[in-house]
Amino acid sequence: MSSRDLILARVRRAIADVPRDDTPYEQAFERGYLREHGDRSVARTVDLLAENLADYRALVHRCTAGELAATIARLLDGRGAASVVVPAGLDPHWLAATEVTRVPDRAADTPAELDRVDSVVTACAVAIAETGTIVLDGGPDQGRRRITLVPDHHICVVRVPGQVVSSVPQGLERVDPARPLTWISGPSATSDIELDRVEGVHGPRTLEVVLVSGE
Amino acid sequence: MSGGTYLGMPAFPKAAHEAVHNETLRGNLRHATHTIRAKREKAVAEVSDWAELREAGKQIKDHTLRHLDRYLVQLEESVTAAGGTVHWAADADEANRIVTYLVKATGESEVVKVKSMATQEIGLNEALEAEGISAYETDLAELIVQLGKDRPSHILVPAIHRNRGEIRDIFAREMSEWGRPAPEGLTDTPAELADAARLHLREKFLRAKVGVSGANFMVAETGTMVVVESEGNGRMCLTLPETLISVVGIEKIVPTWQDLEVFLQTLPRSSTAERMNPYTSTWTGTTDSESADGPRTFHLVLLDNGRTDTLADEVGRQALRCIRCSACLNVCPVYERAGGHAYGSVYPGPIGAILSPQLRGTGSEIDASLPYASSLCGACYDVCPVAIDIPEVLVHLRERVVQGGAVTREGAKVVLKPAKGHAAERAAMRAARWAFSHPGVLRTGQRAASRTRRFHPRTLPGPGKAWSETRSLPAVPAEPFRDWWQRTQGGKDASK
Repeated sequence: MSSRDLILARVRRAIADVPRDDTPYEQAFERGYLREHGDRSVARTVDLLAENLADYRALVHRCTAGELAATIARLLDGRGAASVVVPAGLDPHWLAATEVTRVPDRAADTPAELDRVDSVVTACAVAIAETGTIVLDGGPDQGRRRITLVPDHHICVVRVPGQVVSSVPQGLERVDPARPLTWISGPSATSDIELDRVEGVHGPRTLEVVLVSGE
Repeated sequence: MSGGTYLGMPAFPKAAHEAVHNETLRGNLRHATHTIRAKREKAVAEVSDWAELREAGKQIKDHTLRHLDRYLVQLEESVTAAGGTVHWAADADEANRIVTYLVKATGESEVVKVKSMATQEIGLNEALEAEGISAYETDLAELIVQLGKDRPSHILVPAIHRNRGEIRDIFAREMSEWGRPAPEGLTDTPAELADAARLHLREKFLRAKVGVSGANFMVAETGTMVVVESEGNGRMCLTLPETLISVVGIEKIVPTWQDLEVFLQTLPRSSTAERMNPYTSTWTGTTDSESADGPRTFHLVLLDNGRTDTLADEVGRQALRCIRCSACLNVCPVYERAGGHAYGSVYPGPIGAILSPQLRGTGSEIDASLPYASSLCGACYDVCPVAIDIPEVLVHLRERVVQGGAVTREGAKVVLKPAKGHAAERAAMRAARWAFSHPGVLRTGQRAASRTRRFHPRTLPGPGKAWSETRSLPAVPAEPFRDWWQRTQGGKDASK
């Protein structure tokens, strides 16, 4: 007998007490919890996103679509970045105001090569206000997962209010589980020393989120 | 469970007795658990529907366990359809053999690891080492444990028993043995220690070809794996290597993608007291060669290792709802004083006290003593985000240890003999049963007890000594209740 059959047979014996007509999945539980917490205006939801991102030490900036290129240029400049990874499908206007060397997101590059790049600029798939979370789904304007991991400085652009939802349940509805997802809530951190949170371990130690309004 | 480092552990009372005299350990644990307790309360109070989320989490997990065969098959299909390969491991040895084989097939001799309870449970690092493969732990606390040649003492923070000064010393002393040495003049500020770990591990991440992980959740419907973490070491191991091997207990399944909406709210708040942990990664098999995002090869090793035996126990199976948040450890007065090592298992604290004796059986001294490693205060049940009634299972397991009875071990029904160490307790219970079923004997005994009450000792002699050392014996009344009832006609004639 294969281990697969062995384990499945053990499982079936173990749950022999469960009746054949046990309540089906659809009726097995009450989803008595809330779809979102509180009743907020759209503007207030965006404010909450900004507050919660900042609470976990992300640097939050707000600007209009017209100011975005200048904002990104200023952030890269302030960081002293010499190079920036650019996802293949990033809106070229976003980097129109900076002279920093562009490094394309290429599958052939090694992680060590990526480690020499200073910054990365991406869009996101959705942002969750209640938890201060941005979700990346590897779309053309976000690139491979590793480009937002290895460089030490990540600038992530969130289009507000269109890309902002209130809650985790709403966020999950908006993304496709078939895509590789990365949920980011503040920069890399650890609670491993005396169960107290400190920021900055392996992921980007600086996370800057630009909330851009208007198209 | 291979047991490895835990083989021959002394029973909990002995190990705990030694631990409570270690003042550094007690100080470290008190500081850490009290810090997180207050924060968890605040994080939980932020969501008004906590009770409903907890109930839904419980019900989703219960439903999944009741139909686990169906969901396992569904998961296997969806992972395979997404380009992954599924392996089944009945016990620790089989899981270790599978992983060793898979690593060897890549031609590599080192792997980077995301913190995983399942691989700790099966002793994977030791098994790989025996085959000439180095496994590097990359979670900060796991790194502290590995460098310090230590054992984990907490589910979430395996090095919780170490304070910042001890961590500094371990880094300064040991890092050079494993790779990049600790920076000169390293101090004990947490930020500097975290930075030292970043520098030490980066070279390992960048050259790694094989990653090994566990998973917090597996979604049957989509074949998606979920890893919840903080530092980014998880992301490194899950995305940079060419081959990814995930070893996951069969109880980690949830039926649908939507079900994650419950656990992604309750897990971070319960474990690190955060609204959301810094990084959560989800992946479904492998990506196509065009997007080429992450590992090109993905293996999922589904682990039984005592889980189906646990599932066979209708009371004990609720322990399989556990999402490994560690809230029960942080709130437990026994854990706070005894520390994690006394539990003799990678699963310490209240959840360990009900999980280890079920996964491993109650055959060893340590496992038979674990159901007693509790004051039954119930704080663990109150904080559990999937409402595991830990006191209920503890009492159930105590019964099993004392009385023996039918249990399932490695899939087969066996009848346990009553444990030897509880002969006095059983004799006392037998005597009580006999007395209660013979009213004349009970009456004579009660009257004798009342008349001699002036001479009763304050503590019990013989085998009862240890028991009465920590408890006050109840005072025997001057007159037995039944005599009083008869004399006063049930209290009506109070003048008598």
